[in-house]
Amino acid sequence: MLLLTCPYCGVEGEETEFHNGGEAHLKRVGDGSSDADFTAYMFERKNPRGIVFERWRHVYGCGKWFHAARCAVTLEVFGTYSAQTSEPPADLIAKIRAKRPEWEATP
Amino acid sequence: MSDLLSFSEIDGSGEVLVAMQRRVPMVTLKAEPTKPTRAAIKRALGTPVPAPRTIANGVAWMAPDEWLIMVPEGQTPQAVIGRLTAEIKAPMLAVDVSDARAVFTLKGNKAREVLAKGAPVDLSPTAFTPGDFRRTRLGQVAVAFWMEAEDEITLVCFASLKQFMFDWLVNAAQKSSLPAFL
Ligand SMILES: [Zn+2]
Repeated sequence: MLLLTCPYCGVEGEETEFHNGGEAHLKRVGDGSSDADFTAYMFERKNPRGIVFERWRHVYGCGKWFHAARCAVTLEVFGTYSAQTSEPPADLIAKIRAKRPEWEATP
Repeated sequence: MSDLLSFSEIDGSGEVLVAMQRRVPMVTLKAEPTKPTRAAIKRALGTPVPAPRTIANGVAWMAPDEWLIMVPEGQTPQAVIGRLTAEIKAPMLAVDVSDARAVFTLKGNKAREVLAKGAPVDLSPTAFTPGDFRRTRLGQVAVAFWMEAEDEITLVCFASLKQFMFDWLVNAAQKSSLPAFL
């Protein structure tokens, strides 16, 4: 079971109060892109065994989308952060590196 | 608790009284919570916007940019919407949602226990107190609830689910089924 803290309303909620929105920080491609780029954007996901960055929605609460960083193996949640960003905040990355020195962000 | 005539359905067979309120006039307001907008809301309603996750003077915090306003007795939703629209000088939306919501009263010393059966929320007396406001789920229904007093809870859900919600609450309030964990 995951306990996530919604960065918008501050509620520490249990997983079923939220909805998972898949991998975070995807770079959208659209008109004019190559088929290969569009395929990658549409279908290809990193799905690492370890640290994942995801989109979540506080669907039974304030309704806001946000981001979460967690470990897909242990379900440890490292932090949640605003949806209005295209990359994880530096302090969160530092926190993950401190806890998981062996972690290498998948390109 | 309001007078009995304000309820459309009451069930007292369980350990906690479950009652469905008749139409409760309420307005939903959405706007960016800037300082001028919060001041404008205060002018329009005569009460400051509540702190996050609380309800005060009939105004509930639904989200950083959303509030649920219980229309004060003797006023109409249209009048409240009119004042909000006149005062707020920014993009905003105020809608009469009286017919879109169902409101329930749970009355009894173990009212917390009824909610605790279906909501993933810490409802112990130290964690959730009168004045706190929580949006969550109860069973599979999106709800919001708050405590009027230690033995009285008000719960709001979408009107389309009101009979299901009433039956759910009556079932959850059955005698000898509330464990008194809280
Ligand atoms: Zn939230």
